[in-house]
Amino acid sequence: MRSYLGDTATLARKDLRLELRARDTLPAMLLFVLSILAVFHFALPSGSSRLAELGLLWIAILFTALLGLGRAFVAEREQGLLDALVLAPCDRSAIWLAKGLATLAFLLVAEAVALPAFALFFSPVSWEMIAGVLLADLGICAVGTLLSAMAAAGRARELLLPLLFLPLALPIVIGGVGASVKGSASYLGFLALYDLIFALLAWASFEYVVTE
Amino acid sequence: MIRARGLERRYGDKRVLHGLDFDLARGGFLVVTGPNGAGKTTLLRMCAGLALPSAGTLEIEPDRAAIGFLGHEPLVYRELTALENLDLYGRLYRIPERRERIGMLLERFGLWEARRERASALSRGQLQRLALCRALLHKPELLILDEPFSGLDEDGAELLDGELAGMRERRTMLVATHDPERLARLASGRLALA
Repeated sequence: MRSYLGDTATLARKDLRLELRARDTLPAMLLFVLSILAVFHFALPSGSSRLAELGLLWIAILFTALLGLGRAFVAEREQGLLDALVLAPCDRSAIWLAKGLATLAFLLVAEAVALPAFALFFSPVSWEMIAGVLLADLGICAVGTLLSAMAAAGRARELLLPLLFLPLALPIVIGGVGASVKGSASYLGFLALYDLIFALLAWASFEYVVTE
Repeated sequence: MIRARGLERRYGDKRVLHGLDFDLARGGFLVVTGPNGAGKTTLLRMCAGLALPSAGTLEIEPDRAAIGFLGHEPLVYRELTALENLDLYGRLYRIPERRERIGMLLERFGLWEARRERASALSRGQLQRLALCRALLHKPELLILDEPFSGLDEDGAELLDGELAGMRERRTMLVATHDPERLARLASGRLALA
């Protein structure tokens, strides 16, 4: 277990270091989420309901995450590096966990900017909404990282990732919007259950995705 | 160490390898030759565990922790320095006295001065040397090299000749090359793919 966590930390640190050097994912996510919230601000008629505003926030979060997930395996795909990681004697699910953690870090930074921007453009952010967003992030990164690896192996990868990810992210949107609007524990519980089930599925199946 | 019987690999309708039988015993040095498209890279990837045969059996004795693989790509992160790349793999392979081993390899392959340069700034020959350091880092029992002389200048090629000769007694090697004469004095067998 200690070596598993050590491998995960090594791989996640590598991904964060690559992003610090290349700076080609996080700035794009930040710019995108701010731009889309600004567009929604002007597109939404004044006096629109809070329900509509929250719906748009979740669309912004989902597509910002998609942007990050689309770049999660770029270095490995372009330079054939998945071969080297697959050959290493670490548990292959550690690659998924490390990528998921790195993507989660980028998403959290994007949301640290997006939520205050939402409060500025639209309406205040509640604690229930923040809890919903955090739980949704876990599910998005768990499922999205697996699908990103699958898409990276295919030819039409730019098309494949959204086509696979968006249907599977529907429960996240339902739970997230529900938690934001009603603030009830049942929606947060639903999100936590989704995270648990899909994280286990992704963890167990990642090895089959990265080996021929 | 490697035993292949009736090995076949297809990509869709295209058959790359068909009915291939060969053995590579511990301590052996098998040179794989053949024209482009004959299946050399496919065979080496299967032996490294990176691809599965479509038919036939392939038994490989050491597990993947004891295999060193050098492919067409150097398999190093372009945004990391030579030192950071080797440190990453050193950690994943849990190499004891990692720093000393990395330093020794960088010195041996003439990369010590370039150790803090990003891989993207290295020349093709330096990248190939770095890829060789990566493949040898964990002292693999089975070394699989696909065109190891590719990109190396004459100094680099001579260095590699010396390294291969030095490891000849201690490693099992499977090497694909377009220049089998260069390895003739080391080879214990030759597999010519049509």
